[in-house]
Amino acid sequence: MATQTAATAVAPAPEAKGTSTRTIALAIVGLLILLAAPFVIYPVFVMKVLCFALFAAAFNLLLGYVGLLSFGHAAFFGGAAYICAYSIKAWNFPPEIAILAGTLFAAALGAVIGYLAIRRQGIYFAMITLALSQMFFFVCLQAPFTGGEDGIQGVPRGKLLGFIDLGDSLAMYYFVAAVFLFGFLAIWRIVNSPFGNILKAIRENEQRAISLGYRVDHYKLGAFVISAALTGLAGAVKAIVFQLASLTDVGWQMSGEVILMTLLGGIGTLVGPVAGAALVVSLENYLATSSFPVPVVIGTIFVACVLMFRRGIVGEINAFLDRKK
Amino acid sequence: MRRSRAFDATVRQIARRYSAAGVVAAGLASALPVPAALAQGAVSDGIVKIGILNDQSGVYADFGGKGSVEAAKMAVEDFGGKVLGAPIEVVNADHQNKPDVASNIARQWYDVDKVDTIMELTTSSVALAVQQLSREKKKINMVTGAATSELTGKQCSPYGFHWAYDTYSLAVGTGGALVEAGGKTWYFLTADYAFGHSLEEQTAKFVKSKGGQVLGQVRHPLSTSDFSSFLLQAQASKANIVGLANAGLDTSNAIKQAAEFGIVEGGQRLAALLFTLAEVHGLGLKSANGLVLTEGYYWDLDDKSRPFAERYMKRTGRMPNMVQAGTYSTVAQYLKAVQAAGTDDTDAVAKKLHELPVDDFFGRGGKVLANGRMVHDMYLFEVKKPSESKAPWDYYKHLATIPGDQAFMTVAQSGCQLAN
Repeated sequence: MATQTAATAVAPAPEAKGTSTRTIALAIVGLLILLAAPFVIYPVFVMKVLCFALFAAAFNLLLGYVGLLSFGHAAFFGGAAYICAYSIKAWNFPPEIAILAGTLFAAALGAVIGYLAIRRQGIYFAMITLALSQMFFFVCLQAPFTGGEDGIQGVPRGKLLGFIDLGDSLAMYYFVAAVFLFGFLAIWRIVNSPFGNILKAIRENEQRAISLGYRVDHYKLGAFVISAALTGLAGAVKAIVFQLASLTDVGWQMSGEVILMTLLGGIGTLVGPVAGAALVVSLENYLATSSFPVPVVIGTIFVACVLMFRRGIVGEINAFLDRKK
Repeated sequence: MRRSRAFDATVRQIARRYSAAGVVAAGLASALPVPAALAQGAVSDGIVKIGILNDQSGVYADFGGKGSVEAAKMAVEDFGGKVLGAPIEVVNADHQNKPDVASNIARQWYDVDKVDTIMELTTSSVALAVQQLSREKKKINMVTGAATSELTGKQCSPYGFHWAYDTYSLAVGTGGALVEAGGKTWYFLTADYAFGHSLEEQTAKFVKSKGGQVLGQVRHPLSTSDFSSFLLQAQASKANIVGLANAGLDTSNAIKQAAEFGIVEGGQRLAALLFTLAEVHGLGLKSANGLVLTEGYYWDLDDKSRPFAERYMKRTGRMPNMVQAGTYSTVAQYLKAVQAAGTDDTDAVAKKLHELPVDDFFGRGGKVLANGRMVHDMYLFEVKKPSESKAPWDYYKHLATIPGDQAFMTVAQSGCQLAN
C-alpha cells in the first residue's frame, strides 16, 4: 500500500490516463509556443533552453522513472559536445553526422559507466557515477584535442543535409526545436511503453520485479544508455548552437545543475524538467545583467522549493489539479 | 527558408536602416568639413554602447568583476559622456565563468541590444568564444581579463584586441627579470593541465636563456587543497626560486601553505606567474610577503598612476589591479578611436585602434601590433613585509621594468596569420 500511494504521488496524472483531452490541449499549446517562441524571445536563448530541457528530460528518465540518481550526467553532455565540436572543426563533418557521432559517443560512454554503476544502489550508485564522470573530466582537462581550459571555439555551424544553412538563426532554431521534439517524444514513448512500465516497477520494488522474472540489470542498463544517448544529443546540439565546447559542460557542477533543474520542475513528470530547465536558464541569463549574484538567487529558490513544494513546479500543479477533481 | 529571411529582415530592419543612414552620414562627413558635434548620424543607432562582460560572482569577482565595470564608467565620464555628439552607455553582465552564458549574452547584445563593442572578458574560454563571435558579427572586442596568448596568436581577429597582459608577458617578467635580479635556480610547482604546462614551459625557457637553471618540477592536480608534499619537494630542491605555474585558488593555497612551511623565511623566494593586487589583498601580507610577481600596473608606481587609483578608491573602496586599470584604458582608447574615425563603423574604428598610439597612465608609450596585441611596459614586483607596508594597499616593491618590446611577442612569433 505504502509504495502504491508513493507511486500515485510521484506519477503525474495526465500521462497516466493516456491521451486525455487535457494532455492533448497541453500538447497543442506547447507546440504552438515552440513554433512562435523565436518571434517573441531571442532565438539563441530559446535554443539554449531547449538543449537544457532535453538534457533534464533525459536525466529525469533515469531519476524519475527508474529511481536512479546519476551524479555524472555532465560526462555525457560535455563529452558529446566535445566530440561533435571536434569532428566538425578538425574533420569537417557535416552537422548531422557530427551530432550523431557525439550521441553515439555518449551512448558508448553511458554503456561503460552504466555497466559499472548499476551494480550498486542509492548513494553508492550516485558516488560511482560521480567518480567516473570526474575521471572523464580530468581526461578532458588533459587531452590535447579538447583545448584544455580554452575549450574548442569557433565551430562552424555548417549546412544541415548539405542545403539548410544553420548560420541562419531561424533555421538553426527550428532544427533545435525538431531535435528537442524528437527527444521529448522518444522519452514520452519509452515511459508509456511496456519497457517503461517495467522501469517503473523496478523503481517501486526492485526485489519484486526480480521475482517476477525480469532481468533488472538489463533494464537498468538499457535505461541508462538511452538516457546517456539523449543527454549526448542535447550536448552535441548545444555545441553547434554556441559554436563551442568547454570544460563547463563536463564539470560536476553541470551534473548538479541538471539535478537542480529536474527537482525544481518536478521529478517523474514529463514536463517538469522542461519547466525547471527554462527557469534555471532564464535566471542565469536574465540575472546576469542585474546586480544580483546569480548563484545566491538560484540557491535561495532551491531551498524554498525543497522546503515548500517538494514535488517541484509541475508536480505541485498536477497535484493541485487532481485535488480539485 | 523564405520565412526565415523575412524574419531576419524584420529583426534587423531598424539596425539596417540606421546603419544605411550612418554610411550616408559618414560619406557626408568625409566630403564636407562638418564639425564633430554635427556628425551625430555617424554613430549607428545614435548611441555608443560598450558591454563589459566578466565574472562578477565567482572566483574572479575581485580580479575584474564590478571593479572593471566601475573603471569603464569612469573612462566614459572622463571622456565627457558623449562621442561625436552621441551619448555613451556602459552595460554589463556576469557570465558566471560559463562560455555558453557568455556567448548567449554577447549574441543578444550584438543582435538585439545594439552593443557596439564588448570588453574585459575574464577567463580564456570566454574571451576566445566572444572573440570568434565578434569576428563573425564584425564587432570590436577588447580583452583585459583573460591570459591566453592565443587571442593574438592562432585565434587572432582583425577586430580583436588584447590589452593588459598575457601568459607570455608574465613568463618574461617573472622568469626573465627575476633571474637577472639574482634568482638563478628554479623549481616549479605546476598545475597539471595545459595552462600550467605552458606557463612552466615558457617561463623555464626565459630562465634558461638568461643563464638560470631549472632544478626540477612537480605537477599537482587542478584544485589541490593540500600542497604539503609538493612544497616539501620544492624546499628540498634548495632552489632560489619556487615558481608557481598555476592560477587562482591553487596559487593562493600554495602561498598560504608555503608560509606555514617557512619557505620564504628559509631563504627561498616564491614567484607567482598569475597573481594580481586583488589576490594579494585577499591573502594578506602575512602570507604573501616575499612573493614575486609581474603586473602591468600598480597604483603606487608613480605620480602618473596615482590619480586614477585614488579616484577609483573613492568609488569602490578598493585599489585597482591591472585588469581594472586596463579596462579603463581600453574604453578610453576605443572612444578616442571612434572620435578619430568620425564614425563607430567597425572597420574604421579597428583601423584607428591599430594606428593610434596608446598613451595614458596605463599604457605608456604603448602601441598596438597588427595582431591586436597592445604592447606596453610590464613591471616586476615583490610583495612587502607587513612591517614595510605603511598604508592600506601599500603592498608592492618595484623590482624591475620590462620594456614593452621585450614583454610581448612580435607578430611573427605569435603565429597570427592576419599580418600576411
